[in-house]
Amino acid sequence: MPKPASPRTPYDGVVIAAPVTIPYERYSIESAHWWIARALRALAETSGISARDFDGFCLSSFTVGPDTAIGLTQHLGLSVRWLDHIPLGGASAIAALRRAARAVQARDCDVVACVGGDTNHVDSFRRTLENFSRFSQDAVYPYGAGGANASFALIARHYMNRFGVRREDLGRIAVAQRANALRNPNALMKTPLTLEQYMAARPIADPIHLYDCVMPCAGAEAFLVMREETAASAGIKGARILGSIERHNARLDDVVQNHGGWVADIDDLYAMAGVGPDRMDFVQTYDDYPVIVMMQLEDLGFCRKGEGAAFVQQHDLTIDGTFPHNTSGGQLSAGQAGAAGAYLGVTEAVRQVLGTAGPTQVPGARVGLASGFGMINYDRGLSSGAVILAGES
Amino acid sequence: MTDFTPHDIAAAIAAGSLRLVDLTFTLSPEFPVIVLPPEFGQASPLRIQQISRYDADGPGWYWNNITLSEHTGTHFDAPIHWHTGRTLPNNAVDTLPVEHMIAPACVIDCSREAAADPDFLLTRAAVEAWERVHGQVASGSWVLLRTDWSKRSAKDYANLRADGAHTPGPDPQVMQWLVEERGILGFGTETIGTDAGQAAHFNPPHPAHHFLHGAGRYGLQCLRNLDQLPATGATLITAPLKILNGSGSPLRVLALVSGKGSNG
Amino acid sequence: MVEPLQKPARRTPLQRTRRQALPPVIRSRSGMLLTKAAAEGRFALQRCRDCGTFCYPAHDACPVCLSVELALEDAPTGGLVVSETTVRVPADVYFKERAPWRVALVKLDCGPVVLAHLHAGCGEGDRVTMSLQLDKAGLAAAFARPANIPPDAADDPQWREMTASPKFRRALVTDGRTAVGRATAAALAAAGATVHVGIAEPWKPFDGEALPQSCEIVPLDVTDERSVRDLAADIGGKVDILVNTAEYARPGGLLDRRGTGTIRSEIEHNYLGLVHLAQTFGPAMRGRGADGIDSAAAWVNLFSVYALANWPAYGTFSAVEAACLSLSHCLRAEMRPGGIRVINFFTGPLDTEWFQTVPPPKVAPQTLAKAIVSALDRGIEDVFVGDVAEDVRRRLQANPKALEHELARQGNGQAGQ
Repeated sequence: MPKPASPRTPYDGVVIAAPVTIPYERYSIESAHWWIARALRALAETSGISARDFDGFCLSSFTVGPDTAIGLTQHLGLSVRWLDHIPLGGASAIAALRRAARAVQARDCDVVACVGGDTNHVDSFRRTLENFSRFSQDAVYPYGAGGANASFALIARHYMNRFGVRREDLGRIAVAQRANALRNPNALMKTPLTLEQYMAARPIADPIHLYDCVMPCAGAEAFLVMREETAASAGIKGARILGSIERHNARLDDVVQNHGGWVADIDDLYAMAGVGPDRMDFVQTYDDYPVIVMMQLEDLGFCRKGEGAAFVQQHDLTIDGTFPHNTSGGQLSAGQAGAAGAYLGVTEAVRQVLGTAGPTQVPGARVGLASGFGMINYDRGLSSGAVILAGES
Repeated sequence: MTDFTPHDIAAAIAAGSLRLVDLTFTLSPEFPVIVLPPEFGQASPLRIQQISRYDADGPGWYWNNITLSEHTGTHFDAPIHWHTGRTLPNNAVDTLPVEHMIAPACVIDCSREAAADPDFLLTRAAVEAWERVHGQVASGSWVLLRTDWSKRSAKDYANLRADGAHTPGPDPQVMQWLVEERGILGFGTETIGTDAGQAAHFNPPHPAHHFLHGAGRYGLQCLRNLDQLPATGATLITAPLKILNGSGSPLRVLALVSGKGSNG
Repeated sequence: MVEPLQKPARRTPLQRTRRQALPPVIRSRSGMLLTKAAAEGRFALQRCRDCGTFCYPAHDACPVCLSVELALEDAPTGGLVVSETTVRVPADVYFKERAPWRVALVKLDCGPVVLAHLHAGCGEGDRVTMSLQLDKAGLAAAFARPANIPPDAADDPQWREMTASPKFRRALVTDGRTAVGRATAAALAAAGATVHVGIAEPWKPFDGEALPQSCEIVPLDVTDERSVRDLAADIGGKVDILVNTAEYARPGGLLDRRGTGTIRSEIEHNYLGLVHLAQTFGPAMRGRGADGIDSAAAWVNLFSVYALANWPAYGTFSAVEAACLSLSHCLRAEMRPGGIRVINFFTGPLDTEWFQTVPPPKVAPQTLAKAIVSALDRGIEDVFVGDVAEDVRRRLQANPKALEHELARQGNGQAGQ
């Protein structure tokens, strides 16, 4: 199917390289700074580029307060000429790579270290909920203090009723991701999950049950963004950006969220990439809850709205299946390390197209999609983004 | 009497030939006070505010602030209390002669009559009948009206009804006669006032107050233990607080009685 | 559906009384506008003056036209439940102790989608009536109730958390000698409370017949610290609702009155009375805010509306009432950690002996008593009762200086004033 041409400047000459993952821990007594430092050091070691030569830095973290990216330049000894701090939750990694790509493309800087990292103290989760947003403080948290579970429960219930989705359908997503996670040595979840176990799990906020929820943890994910020639001179390979989109507070007339912001930009995404959804060798969606995965599959054009349940019934979402999806196990099974959760899909996608995913590698993967979703400011996720990556041409 | 010394009183008390009877109610917040129509100013009942009790406000000591009216509890009425006595000399508790603070008492037992009729009134005839048995009321003595009212519960003691208090007291004629003919020092009762509960309707109203204070005499009220006093022979010690221009004062009323009588 | 409330069993002496945890307390200043509305029992939202959009959650600017002119305005209470959930694993202590807890997204007829506490009598797809309640922290909480109120609606545990219903609670009416005290005792008893009625100076006649049989008379003189302490020692641990009906109001201002006796009495009955009650009953109530179905719940103050603006005809009384009002805010702050609601009533002249010469309209004691029970049932915090109170409030809001002059000219109805 021919795609309409995108008027936007392509991300030519830019690559994403050196994806790193600092193995997650359920709870940590260390600070976010500690986790972010380890990610930066891993970037340097993986790329062979000294951290002193990172001249751009982009950070996302919920738990680094009161610091932001600027505080960390001094704390971690970075001297950069381009700096960004992106507080977009699950959409942070897509936004980071887009901004960094334009910065290196325009030669405002040469090597941008993009890091998402958070610690998880015993009390971190509740504190993050308490202080999430002003609308949340005023109008969400005091209503049962159910956090994201309750907010997504309201979205999930409405969506399930509207489109006739059953828990079993959502369970297929969670079960497949667990199977993938068992091949990822860094995943926190180490035991298989059956659909029966999924169905029998205890309710958290109806219809959300235990295996619909991610496990908050500490960890960091990172990558470098640079021009192809920089990568070449460092002797490393990178993934090319075929296209990307982001959208915040999309003007949708959903009373309760049925769509993510992707629907507003999806045609532009594929037009820019020059490839359609049928060409994807894998997809890494943002999986804070299986229902959001299903919504993404629809909104990113893999099926029509309302057909998500049928789609997951008709496809095998495991690494070796007909639709390899969240090959690392995703946040549902690898763990959600705060803002690193936004990076998880992107680092995994970079590895897949570079063929360096190891045990989770989809054979022959060359082109894939990663998406992000975030910021339930009040009643819906406000931020969405997606990127299509390809291996070396 | 020539060789009598003050020590002899203490010695007699120690020996039992003189006995002290306490005629005073305990001052407590619950003790009834006179009730006037609410548009008038009211006497305060006793209120106790703790200053400290071996605590942070005073680690080693206990004490209270108190508020009360001059006419709360067992108390003394000075002539200045009533309009009839307002121009008399030495008419307030701080100026009245200390010699008046020890004086003999005649006790007229009307407890049977008062039990039968809460509005019982003492009459001149009743006092004259008493005099026929006990001799004439001596000038300068207290006349105490025993009604056993002090033995009643608080509610029956105040004995308020829709038309006011119903408590015994003197009638106007006997008060005028006791003051003018007998020259008494004062008149004492067990009830909340020296006057009967319904005395506002007498002519003159409140005759005990009217005649006593108009003549520079005193009142004592809220007395108790009058049943432990002989009809004659007791001596009252009645020293009110020396309140500047005070109209009255709560006080401890003690009676000295002969030890040969019954022990209460 | 709503489970009808059962009369609570006696407590086991082996268990610690549950301490009050409070629901989350952080709110924006604009969000506090809703608390203002909730305190008065109004369902009001911010509305843009320029384009008419109702805004929720609380905004500082209109998301449609960017106007910053947002005014609190009474809003239509109708809405539709578009999604609901039952929170079973809350993140904070208050809700964890009360889980499962139902919440819903409600599409309001006037526009916004509101996340609201959901009454047991309604669910997804139902039409609901919205209100703003005060939660245990005293902050506004959107609440969705069935549009057709089912029987036992007040028994819904979430609703009961937001209210102070007298049902199965034990109340102390501090002064049964006042007409308001008697009417309040009767109204509370009729609403299902066990009622103690304080009587000062028991040696004065009191017509106990005027009270329902179920009311128990107890000795209480609010002016006497010891009397209050003694009663608190007896029943302080089982007073769930305290209604202070003790009042001493006398006409008169400053210059035409000699001495301070009346003024002191006003202070002793009204101000010190409140102090005595608060110091003795307050701590025990604060410790029992989460003590089951019949937890301590509310403290009710009955103030004259002239606490807000001095009426010279009752000048010293007005001043003492102002002091009491100020003190009530202190009391409210100190009771809040215990989840105890301090409800302030503002009334115009009551139809009682001390306002006898004041021309109507006046507030009948039965009207005030009914309003007290209603406020407890609804869980509101600031209540204006009667036309005069409402009039004074509006005049004060509009122009305090004008009201000062108006009250100065307004006599108490007696010749010469």
